[in-house]
Amino acid sequence: MTHRPDGDGRVLHVDTLARVEGEGGMYVRVHDGEVVDVELRIYEPPRFFEGLLRGRAWTEPPDITARICGICPVAYQMSACLAIEQACGVVVPDEIRRMRRLLYCGEWIASHALHVYMLHAPDFLGYPGAVEMARDHRALVEQGLRLKQAGNALLELVGGRAIHPVNVRLGGFYRLPTRDDLLAFRPVLAGALDDALATVRAVAAFEIPDLEQPHEYLSLRSESGYPLESGSFVSTSGRAFDAREFDTHVVEEQVQHSHALHARLVGADGFAVGPLARYALNHDRLTPVARQAADDAGLPAVCRNPFRSIVVRAVEIVEACRSGLDVIDGWTGAPAAAVPVPARAGTGYGATEAPRGTLVHRYTLDTEGTVTDAVIVPPTSQNQPAIESDLRAFVQTRLDLPDDELTRQCEQAIRNYDPCISCATHFLTLTVERT
Amino acid sequence: MTLVLGLGSPDRGDDGAGPAVAAHVRALGLPGVRVRVVGDPSRLLEAWSGEPDVVVVDAVRADDEPAGTVLAIELGAQVRTPATMPAGSGGGTHTLGLADAVRLARALDALPQRLLVVGIVGRTFTLGAGLSEAVRAAVESAGAVVASRGGPRADAGP
Repeated sequence: MTHRPDGDGRVLHVDTLARVEGEGGMYVRVHDGEVVDVELRIYEPPRFFEGLLRGRAWTEPPDITARICGICPVAYQMSACLAIEQACGVVVPDEIRRMRRLLYCGEWIASHALHVYMLHAPDFLGYPGAVEMARDHRALVEQGLRLKQAGNALLELVGGRAIHPVNVRLGGFYRLPTRDDLLAFRPVLAGALDDALATVRAVAAFEIPDLEQPHEYLSLRSESGYPLESGSFVSTSGRAFDAREFDTHVVEEQVQHSHALHARLVGADGFAVGPLARYALNHDRLTPVARQAADDAGLPAVCRNPFRSIVVRAVEIVEACRSGLDVIDGWTGAPAAAVPVPARAGTGYGATEAPRGTLVHRYTLDTEGTVTDAVIVPPTSQNQPAIESDLRAFVQTRLDLPDDELTRQCEQAIRNYDPCISCATHFLTLTVERT
Repeated sequence: MTLVLGLGSPDRGDDGAGPAVAAHVRALGLPGVRVRVVGDPSRLLEAWSGEPDVVVVDAVRADDEPAGTVLAIELGAQVRTPATMPAGSGGGTHTLGLADAVRLARALDALPQRLLVVGIVGRTFTLGAGLSEAVRAAVESAGAVVASRGGPRADAGP
């Protein structure tokens, strides 16, 4: 919806944003040719997960928090496990970490394929949605569906089911897939790698709008490999800190126009998490096939145009497929599916890389293992200020566009972040107001 | 061979109608009928891939019909002018519905030749609630609609 107030003012308003996860809207107000207000309005009801976790047993958060999101439940399970295991003084064996990585690869493939093909590609190719795009780009959509299916199949293999996996527990898994199970699945993942490489080539040919943003990028960096299931924080301004210090670097604040908290990186003008941040800080850690795909797509080592996130996301699908194949090829079994995680009093932090960016959990337990405090910082709440900053810069240079086209392009800009409103409110409709 | 897909979640009140009817049909042990439960409509294209004859059972909202009403509609590829289904809200994958899956499948020529959608009008979709009494009472009759689906028909227009 757009309306023009008296004079030369202008308001763009989208009540409900399409092709994002959950419910939210956007409001932009322009006065005398200057963008004066940009608000992401998240009105999906707050979900009070942190409150309902208090009083629960230490074994429960991985399954309870998985319910926050049907797209990235594994991220919630992984960050919850890491946090509680840290509180209990447990570090899982490397084979458990590798099997967690394989499960996480499934979620990255399914989530990224969904976003790249079904939610974001229609913006670049000029279609209102994936169904309309499918009529003209059938092979492309079929490729995306194959990738999504491969990701789902991997989630089912390791996690027991694709949505809200049931096989994850503190200390590991209830049951590990056998080497034969993994080898039987391997051709599916090898096929997905081919589709992922084709995806990078396809999205690299998209026309990318101009926009350069100076956000400080924040992501995890692991001892080896591209970060998914473990790592400590690094940033493009040289920060380096452990998840335990997250609270001193990132603070959350309430804002009137959103049900989701806004996160701020202390001492930074703005920051962003997600594919562009991970890529900028871990380009050297990509597997050779993913790095080659990035180079062939013309991606610089640090990419500052948020619209190129679709290309980086495609590179990350390649990375997830290759990384998953590496886990399968190196799998020789594990002594146990899980290690014991006995309760003890303490506070633990868990940070992993959800498809949309770093997801941080913090739990405090008493001596009985009862959760006395829980804090969940999802990537979309960290990215909200960056999304608003992008919109402010983007709209300012496009004020000559008619309202409907400007609104469409703003929605495309918001989707650069694959925002998950469900997670952040725990997201979107657009309003641009010109006065 | 007919594939029956019960769509929905038993954890969301009457959204469990599809899985309940699937369980009922499975218990009937009908020859030539396979039964699966699918939790998420986005998985339908995958579930019915290569299947010529599919029945999807799902809970539906219908303001003008009482809860427990059983509706049946043919939407397969052989139906040239399918009944209009409401588009999804376009609100993202959390609201990708059966209608979106059918539209996408039709655009990709991936619809089963025969596709019967059996809908049961639900009343409550509250998390953790079981089936409402009206829907529970309709499971058997919905099962009968599924079971009475005969051999291939030359025309199965709506």
